[in-house]
Amino acid sequence: MKALIASLSVFVCLFPLQAYAALGGDAASVATDSAQMKASREVKQAAGYAVHQLTSESGTAVREYVSPSGNVFAVAWQGQFTPDMQQLLGSYFEQYSAAVKANKESHIGRRPLNLKLPGLVVQMNGYMRHYHFRAYLPQAVPAGVRQEEMQ
Amino acid sequence: MGLLAACGGGGSSTQSPPPPPGNNVVALMVNGGPAPGVNYSDAAFTSVIVCAPGSSNCATVDGILVDTGSVGLRLLSSAIPSLSLPVLAGPGNTSYYNCVDFVDGTYLWGPVAQADIEMAGEKASGASFQLIENPTGFSVPTACSQGGVNLDTLNDLGANGILGVGNYPQDCGAACQNSTSPDVYFTCGASGPCSSSTITVAKQVTNPVVGFTTDNNGVIIEMQSVDGESATASGSMIFGIGTESNNALGSAKVYTLNDNGFFTADFNSQTLTESFIDSGSNGYFFPDASITQCPGNSIAPGFYCPANTVSLSAQNVGGNGATGTVNFSVDNAVNDFNNFSSDTAFANLAGPNGGTNCGNGSACGFDWGLPFFFGRNVFVSIDGQAVPSGAPAAPWWAY
Repeated sequence: MKALIASLSVFVCLFPLQAYAALGGDAASVATDSAQMKASREVKQAAGYAVHQLTSESGTAVREYVSPSGNVFAVAWQGQFTPDMQQLLGSYFEQYSAAVKANKESHIGRRPLNLKLPGLVVQMNGYMRHYHFRAYLPQAVPAGVRQEEMQ
Repeated sequence: MGLLAACGGGGSSTQSPPPPPGNNVVALMVNGGPAPGVNYSDAAFTSVIVCAPGSSNCATVDGILVDTGSVGLRLLSSAIPSLSLPVLAGPGNTSYYNCVDFVDGTYLWGPVAQADIEMAGEKASGASFQLIENPTGFSVPTACSQGGVNLDTLNDLGANGILGVGNYPQDCGAACQNSTSPDVYFTCGASGPCSSSTITVAKQVTNPVVGFTTDNNGVIIEMQSVDGESATASGSMIFGIGTESNNALGSAKVYTLNDNGFFTADFNSQTLTESFIDSGSNGYFFPDASITQCPGNSIAPGFYCPANTVSLSAQNVGGNGATGTVNFSVDNAVNDFNNFSSDTAFANLAGPNGGTNCGNGSACGFDWGLPFFFGRNVFVSIDGQAVPSGAPAAPWWAY
């Protein structure tokens, strides 16, 4: 991550009391989705996309990845506490929820989440002290963006 | 792994003697768990006694999952139908409720209740724990459910409860005393509604071990070794580290944790900075793009299915710089479950974790699940508690 951050240099700005946009939404929803999360926001430009990083009141760090055309192609969060998943996943929330249910029903026992769905990939690692979640839209990821950049 | 019958037979194992006697030792058993018709493989179960505080009105509950990856006791209310335990009152005419999430999108919801929690000769008096039950008259708040699955039945949980004996004293800590934003604690009226709430640390769902009057700085989990697979596997959980003649740290190597509760595992040229040991994960879970994953519609979704057993090794690196190599193997999980369908202990169960490519500084982890415990004595020290002379400050693992 350090190397990635170092390469993000174009601009950094802070927007207090802004929420994140939903997965699959447009960049405008980043601005309009305000107050919901009481989060501070920081935007960094990377090669081929922008990262909007928000730190929620609970301390959970949320990142959303916006393509040059203004599309949110990935969201990620890490921290002890789960952020508002409906807000984060937007129109993909129902697909996520159904897949979590099907995943649970397929087996007994706990293991990291690893959902590869039509048009949606969801992964989560960690344990109750600290989780690391990401969801992305494979078809919407700009060419040249590596999987490990979205986290 | 599907729903298999849990009966004995098959496989082989190294026999170990029964747990040593002691007022700080409880027996552990890998046996498929208490849910009828469900084979919960690679999960260790114990029993606890819960009593109405200060009374002899008690119930013994078995089939409790031992979980080093969470904190606090959580009991299905349906497992103690004849025992009435006081629910923690909140402001006004409300009660405190608790919500915790797991890594697979599942969650547990229910009131915070209090009990004397007894294991072996140890007792945590008036300890807060979670009663797992679905609300009647109102819905689980969406700030808790988050689109996930409520494990509120024996069949869904695969256990009568979870005993969280991880590295921390409460399930939340100061964050939930200072802010409602974690959405871990709620206050609810008798028929709703519920609001996210703060709660003092002292009232939070607690690691029962820190409530003991002695032997309260951690636990040791000692499991027998398993060679391939076994009908069952036995072990013991010893309370305290360096507090009795039977729980000395000895030559075990200590691996300290970072602020997020992780150490690093170096594996296959990947630096996995979010690694942990979790008896509540029923396999090894780590990123390895070269190992075939079992089909999602197979008997073993979420596990690896190499054509032949793969032998691997990783190096754990503690925050204190301690290093140690761990050798392990990965079986074809579909073959394991098909060929040994009545076994419940599998030494070589493993599956993917997160992305398949963890290079370039990305944050990934190695989840050392229950198979890691087979044939080891694993020490779990608890943040803020005393440690043996010469040991680093808690929290840490040692083995």
